[in-house]
Amino acid sequence: MNMNATLIGQLIAFAVFVLFCMKYVWPPLMAAIEARQKTIADGLAASERGAKDLELAQAKATEQLRDAKQQAAAIIEQAKKRANQLVDEETQRGHDEREKIINQGYAEIEAERNRAKEDLRKQVAALAVIGAERILQREIDAAAQDDIVEKLVAEL
Amino acid sequence: MASEYTTSEYITHHLTNARMCSGEDGIAFNKACEDAGFWVWHVDTLGWSIGLGILFLWVFRSVAKNATTGVPGKLQAFVELIYDFVDSSVKSSFHGKSSLIAPLSLTIFVWVLLMNLMDLVPVDVLPMTAGLIGQYGFGMDPHDVYMKAVPTTDLNLTVALALGVFFLMIFYSLKMKGVSGFAKELTLQPFGHWAFIPVNFILESITLLARPFSLALRLFGNLYASELIFILIASVGLLQLPMHFMWAVFHLLVLPLQAFIFMMLTIVYLSLASEDH
Repeated sequence: MNMNATLIGQLIAFAVFVLFCMKYVWPPLMAAIEARQKTIADGLAASERGAKDLELAQAKATEQLRDAKQQAAAIIEQAKKRANQLVDEETQRGHDEREKIINQGYAEIEAERNRAKEDLRKQVAALAVIGAERILQREIDAAAQDDIVEKLVAEL
Repeated sequence: MASEYTTSEYITHHLTNARMCSGEDGIAFNKACEDAGFWVWHVDTLGWSIGLGILFLWVFRSVAKNATTGVPGKLQAFVELIYDFVDSSVKSSFHGKSSLIAPLSLTIFVWVLLMNLMDLVPVDVLPMTAGLIGQYGFGMDPHDVYMKAVPTTDLNLTVALALGVFFLMIFYSLKMKGVSGFAKELTLQPFGHWAFIPVNFILESITLLARPFSLALRLFGNLYASELIFILIASVGLLQLPMHFMWAVFHLLVLPLQAFIFMMLTIVYLSLASEDH
């Protein structure tokens, strides 16, 4: 093979290409790739963190749900108790009211009877006096006989 | 194959570079340059290799300039794939720190690969195009227009690459070991006795010089042989179609492999040169 000046030309071209590559091609490529690697690494770390956060949040949510259920159960229990209490109270009150009304009725009836008795007694007394006046048909001092009449009235 | 050639003329024509030299009256070409000695330029080798080198740098530079750190485009992804391949090769073989080795390896790999891939262009296309241009554009005899389009089949180019690597080997040896360290390495190995200094020197010099020689000759030999076979296949008539296909498919493996070997050996040699024993 014939070696000639082409060798020199190629040597210069080679050197220029390598220098150009070293100055203008390799560094920006390296920078871009390394920046992307960093971004990806950060993203992976963030997603891992996110997954962990999610796990924690789920655990917390479960716990809160359980608490809420317990609370709800307690509230329902309490409400039932209160309702029962209310029913009992109302029943008691109704009972009392009835008693009161009945007692009042009895008392009124009693009072009415007493008054009627009194009236009756007075009328009977008057009737007895009138009857006695008529039976005796004599001059009797009504006042002198008053104690007898009183006794009669009391016996009624 | 042009019918007016004999087979041996055809092969010789395809394996001859387009030459340029300064003759007695201005610039002379080809046959006129037979006696010009050293100062002959292979314009086809120079043109194709520099053109492919500029193509490589232009593509990579435009990608590098617009490189996004986010989701890369297809071209950027491809360039990054090559970058990553070269970078991991360098990191696995070269243990020192150098901002030159990696870009050097990238340049060698992509440039040599592109030049090797010219081997897959059918052997008649470029010489015949050049012949037609020469004939009708400049009124030349097409037999006197040469175009050897695969730059790596030109020993000048492979030797230039190997010499570049060789200079870097010497540079790194001197830089990492100093003049005395390099001299010691050349004279006190493999036998550590003063009486063996001449023997050692001869052995180590051969070791050192064998490296650029093997680099240059391996690439040249492989590509020259494959180009020769392509030309031979092109001269056998219709049978060339299946044969060319198979040979080309085989070269889809060989061409990148040769580029890779050249790059890898460069890295290894420079790594050896910069290691302190």
